[in-house]
Amino acid sequence: MGEVIVITSGKGGVGKTTTSANVGTGLAALGKKVVMIDTDIGLRNLDVVMGLENRIVYNLVDVIEGNCRVKQALIKDKRYHSLYLMPSAQTRDKSAVKPEQMVKLTNHLKEQFDYVILDCPAGIEQGFQNAIAGADRAIVVTTPEVSAIRDADRIIGLLEANEFKQIDLILNRLRLDMIKKGDMMSIDDVVDILSIPLLGAIPDDENVVIATNQGEPLVGNQTFAGRAFRNVCLRLLGENIPIIAFEQETSIWSKVTGIFHRN
Amino acid sequence: MWKLFKKKNSSHVAKDRLKILLISDRMNCSPEMMEKIKTDIISVLSNYMKIDTQSMEIEITKTDSKGRNALFPSLYANIPIIDLKK
Repeated sequence: MGEVIVITSGKGGVGKTTTSANVGTGLAALGKKVVMIDTDIGLRNLDVVMGLENRIVYNLVDVIEGNCRVKQALIKDKRYHSLYLMPSAQTRDKSAVKPEQMVKLTNHLKEQFDYVILDCPAGIEQGFQNAIAGADRAIVVTTPEVSAIRDADRIIGLLEANEFKQIDLILNRLRLDMIKKGDMMSIDDVVDILSIPLLGAIPDDENVVIATNQGEPLVGNQTFAGRAFRNVCLRLLGENIPIIAFEQETSIWSKVTGIFHRN
Repeated sequence: MWKLFKKKNSSHVAKDRLKILLISDRMNCSPEMMEKIKTDIISVLSNYMKIDTQSMEIEITKTDSKGRNALFPSLYANIPIIDLKK
């Protein structure tokens, strides 16, 4: 029996879809059978981030409404044979799906897959309720900004009210230079405020934009963000990997801060 | 270098603002409600003693405990008494 993980954030634009694509791809790269479901009906994006937009025939709403079999709506990834994507419908709205139907679908999929990754829409309305309905655990994505953290806190409260046992945090778009100057909240600051376990810290990396342009997830490559996402996947599989967001930069920066400390 | 110490780090400002904000967010407590609580406290206490309503302060703070579920807010009130006998 597989595990259903919902990736959510409350606020839009903090990196839910990027995280979904990279966590899904990363787990598949580590040999797991993975299906990613884009639950953002009307505003689908996971397909373009994955570079699979030209292969869509059927979608999530077609499956829910019984227009096709589940298997027909699963797009096989071009890189990993154990990775599948179920795209969302672009021409429908959130009311096309009910939470009970999502539970039924995820229960069906987790019999065949090791991981079901749900890319949640922004907001706390029906789309969010649909996405969390069938999930076993949640990953909350946030950035070190007041607005994103406030929304993340609200989402965590809602997940707790829905009796989620495991809620983990991914802190995205960290800029070490700004943290060092005191102009960005640090990893510790954010974890202290939100008080949930940290699953990963992802640096603000221009390679994310480049990867999205090309429709290629960057997990597993040697970019900072690619390595950070790979570490997230390894932690999901139970490996104990310390959180170091900027492995190579640490030594240079500790020298710089050393100068400041002496003054 | 000197400028750095003059101004409070913006990350500290953000953290402090969030801490206050999230306490009221988590318990659905608006500033209007706090004002109502304040006037109610004044009216009850005024039956028994004379209090300094100008300098009294009430606020909701976080009690120092670890973990999200162990974290609970408490109402802090500082009410100076002018005269115990009314």
